[in-house]
This record gives sequence, structure tokens and C-alpha cells, in this order.
Amino acid sequence: MKEKSSLGEVKLEYFTFADKGKKMLLESGQQLGPITLAYETYGKLNKEKTNAILIVHALSGDAHAAGFYKGDSKPGWWDNMIGPGKAFDTDKYFIISSNVIGGCKGSTGPASVNPETGKPFGIGFPMITIADMVKAQKNLIDYLGIDKLLSVAGGSMGGMLALQWFASFPERIHSVIPIATALKHSPQQIAFDEVGRQAVMADPAWLDGNYYGRDKPQRGLAVARMIGHITYMSDKSMEKKFSRKLKEEKYSFKFRTDFEVEGYLRYKGDNFVKRFDANSYLYITKAMDYFDLSGGNLFPENKKYDTRFLVIAFKSDWLYPPYQSQEIVKQLKSRHIDVTYCEIPSTYGHDAFLLEVHEQTRLVKHFLLKTYNSI
Amino acid sequence: MTNIRLDQRIIYNIIEPGSKVLDLGCGDGELLSFLVKEKNVKAQGIELNEEAIYQCVEKGLSVFHGDIESGLSGYPDDCFDYVILNQSMQEVKKIEYVMKEALRIGKKVIVGFSNFAYFTARVRLFFKGKVPITISLPYSWHNTPNVHFLSIIDFSDFCEEKDIKILKKFYLGKRKTISFFPNLFALNAIFLITVK
Repeated sequence: MKEKSSLGEVKLEYFTFADKGKKMLLESGQQLGPITLAYETYGKLNKEKTNAILIVHALSGDAHAAGFYKGDSKPGWWDNMIGPGKAFDTDKYFIISSNVIGGCKGSTGPASVNPETGKPFGIGFPMITIADMVKAQKNLIDYLGIDKLLSVAGGSMGGMLALQWFASFPERIHSVIPIATALKHSPQQIAFDEVGRQAVMADPAWLDGNYYGRDKPQRGLAVARMIGHITYMSDKSMEKKFSRKLKEEKYSFKFRTDFEVEGYLRYKGDNFVKRFDANSYLYITKAMDYFDLSGGNLFPENKKYDTRFLVIAFKSDWLYPPYQSQEIVKQLKSRHIDVTYCEIPSTYGHDAFLLEVHEQTRLVKHFLLKTYNSI
Repeated sequence: MTNIRLDQRIIYNIIEPGSKVLDLGCGDGELLSFLVKEKNVKAQGIELNEEAIYQCVEKGLSVFHGDIESGLSGYPDDCFDYVILNQSMQEVKKIEYVMKEALRIGKKVIVGFSNFAYFTARVRLFFKGKVPITISLPYSWHNTPNVHFLSIIDFSDFCEEKDIKILKKFYLGKRKTISFFPNLFALNAIFLITVK
């Protein structure tokens, strides 16, 4: 096997559409335009344009899935899965990684300037759904001249986007790889999101979303992120990583960060606010809560599908438990759709989709190869 | 073809080309991938072992990772031409449920199992007073994955009781099929069954 290496330097690109007079209609009935999507591409599109794979990211992710930006020492968020010889092999496939609308990483979102007012949208930004995010991405795929994607793959919210791609544009994809995800947000998932949103909105600096140009609502967003991080780990992984280890030798008997786990969460929270917009957090979590492809909504068109699925779950993931992935599989089976399901016995919790590289590589690599060879 | 096991060869011969096949407890997918290659079947497997799942995916097979009971639910009626339950029935807890589901989603079901009434088993139990260990049942009482033990007669009675129609029966010796006093001399049996 060829040595696995990194893609090296990559570049963020932008695509703008829905310009004047041609705004995009959103699920809420509102309209949005112009829309910019940030994206990256890796590898080469073949002549027949049959080797394109769309990578879709999770809640706090972005278009920078692999490789390095000039001068950076940290690669993209799924660099261990995307690159030459890796699961998403850039020697074979043309990989597109797209940001979502509502985000804050180069795509149109609440921090963007509203062309009608000349000021940032704030919470005047229209409510968006997972289907709207996918609709925007479809415009990008059209622009890139790709008729049918070999696959759409992603974990967590990325998995929802992948499932939505199938529900919205089944004729545009050969296969779907939803990882650590669900057909719909459960009350528990909505509850965690709502606590996160309330933390942001309770921050005095939030100012009903009009904080642009002033101090950012950092405390609220940091707390939201801290809660998030707890749900991404497992009891076991936290025990292994932190146990009851202390930062200093003894208890401080003050409200300081005595425990390593406290320090970790604070660090994660503080880092997150540097790179993420609080309003985007509100919009994107709301979009995830609205997501519901249960009850046949995964198959809006009553027809036969030749799409193949690889559904992956992780045993210790209690945020998106394996039963939710099995529910996806059950729906697909009921419609005679070709599906493979694997429950990887990881102890990392929800984070496993970013960490369990070896197992996922074995599955994804061969699944893609089989899909590619059968088209 | 020559290097696959006798029971797999028999199952291979039963299955019509181009049919839809579900293998319950498909292992590393050897039989299924052979059926895909040679008989162009549309294959699906269910397997509990994690490593076996990776091996199946590497062979290009579609598989469900889980136990047979949970993997069976959700399929529409008659959506497979054949459901294979080879050497896995003994390990299943809810046999009646699994058999009923297999017969519901498969037009025909292929059941393969080891014969507990094989003559050496009888000898061991009768003369040594010890739980049988045979070539087809090589485990000790404490480490066997099997939770059910049955003979060829037992399974025939079960089919009679549950209104299951037996279409074909194969009795397997060490290297070839046999017909002489099967309940005494067959190590394994394969039944092709359907609903009455």
C-alpha cells in the first residue's frame, strides 16, 4: 500500500449565487441572497466527472477538512481521513468540502452584512434548516459541473446533511455515508442544544444578537461549548483522559480550576469563542433541532432508488446513540435500499467519528471502491 | 469451488442464479461473495463479529453489524428469495421468532445445523456419561456458543409442529452427503423450508 501522506497546502475558495432578483427560497418561506459558500477541493476531477465526493461538516466544522493553510501547523478537521492513500483517497477521488449557510467560516450567515441595511444580519438573518443548507450546496455542485456525486459523507450534523442530500436530490448521488447521526433530533438532543442557546442568549454581551463591532458574548458561547464537549465524550473516555487528576497538587478550596477536566472544558470553551460566531451557533443548532426525516420523509419521492448507504455508529456515543443509526438502517431496509451498517466498539463517545481512523478507513475505502466500480 | 466446505457447497447448489439472498450469521462473507461472483446474486449479510464485518465490506458485500434478532427487523415480506441460517440457529436465543421472521422475509429458508444425535455423541453420553463432543460440535459444555442442541428428527418435528413445509433435506457426512440412517450417521443437516 502506498504511504499515506498529507495533501500539503490547500486553499479556501468561495462561490456566490442567488444574486439580485434570484434569491434562494428557504424552507421557512423567507428568501436569502446573494449567498456565498466557502469550500475547498482536493484531488482531481476525472474526465467523466464520476469521481466527486462531497464532505459535509458537523456543527462547529468548516470547509477546511484536510491539508494545511499556508503557515499553519494544524491540518483540517478530517485530515486523517482525506488525502493520498487515505479513506477518501485524493489520488482516486475529487473531494469537495463545503461549509454551510448560517455558518461563520466564509459562508453567508448572521455575521454577514445584510445588503439591504448595510449592517450585519444578526438575528435578522432568516431561520435556516438542514434542507436549506443542502439546497445551497447543490448550487455549488451544479457550478462545479458535477451531475452525480459518487458519495456524500459526514459525521454528526454532517450525517444529517448527507441524509438530507438523499431526501432532496437522490438522483444526484450514488451513495451516502452518514456517520454518528440520526434521522431526527431526539428531545435529549434538542434539550442540550437549547441549554447551549440559552447560555449564549443569557450573556449580557449578546445584546439580542447585535454585538458585532462590540465585545462578543464570549462567556455564554464558551459555556455552550463546554456543555457540548461533555456530550462528545463518554464516561469512559473522560475517566481515561482526566480521572480526578488535579491541576495543582492540592485542592485550592476556592472556585478555581482544581480538576484537569475543568481546565480542559474552559480551554475548549475559550478557544471556541475565538473562532466561532455566537449567532451562528444559535442558527445552526436550531437547524439541527428542526431536522426530522423520520416517518417516510427520507423518501419524499415514491420511487425505486439505486443509492447505496454505509451507516456507521459508535458504541459509546450517547449523544447520537447507535439505535438512532439503526433506525436509519431500518428505514432503508423497508425500501429495499442497499445498506451496510457497522457499530464500531469505540470508547471515545461521539468524538469517535474524528478519532477512529483505522476502522472507518477500512469501511469507507472499500465501500467507495465498490460504489465506484459499480457505476 | 472445490475448496469451500461441503455445507456451503450444498447451499451454493440450492441457490438459483440472480436471486436475492440474506445470510444470517454470514461470518467473513466467504459464501456470499462466492454467490455474488458465480451466481450474480444480490447479497446481504448479518453478522455480530466486528472483524468479520470489515472483511465482508472488503469483499464488497453489504452487511448489518448486529445480532440476528435485531438485524432481521424492518425487512418487508418476501423481500429475499433465500434466507440462509447456516450453523447459526443453535446460537440464537429466540428461535421461534427468528424462524418466523426468516420465513416472512424470505420465500425460502435454508437451515443448516449440527446433528446432536450423531452416533459418537450417543456413545460418549451413554458409555462415558459425558456431554457429547463431535467433529461438528467441537465445544465443551462450558465454552460452547450454542444455546440449543437438536437432532435431525427434532428439527423435522419442529417443522411439523410449526406448519413449516420441508422442500429438501440434505444429510452431511465428513466429506459427502449420506442417506443411511441420517439421524445416527449425519454430522450436519441442511433443510430447505418454506411456509405451508
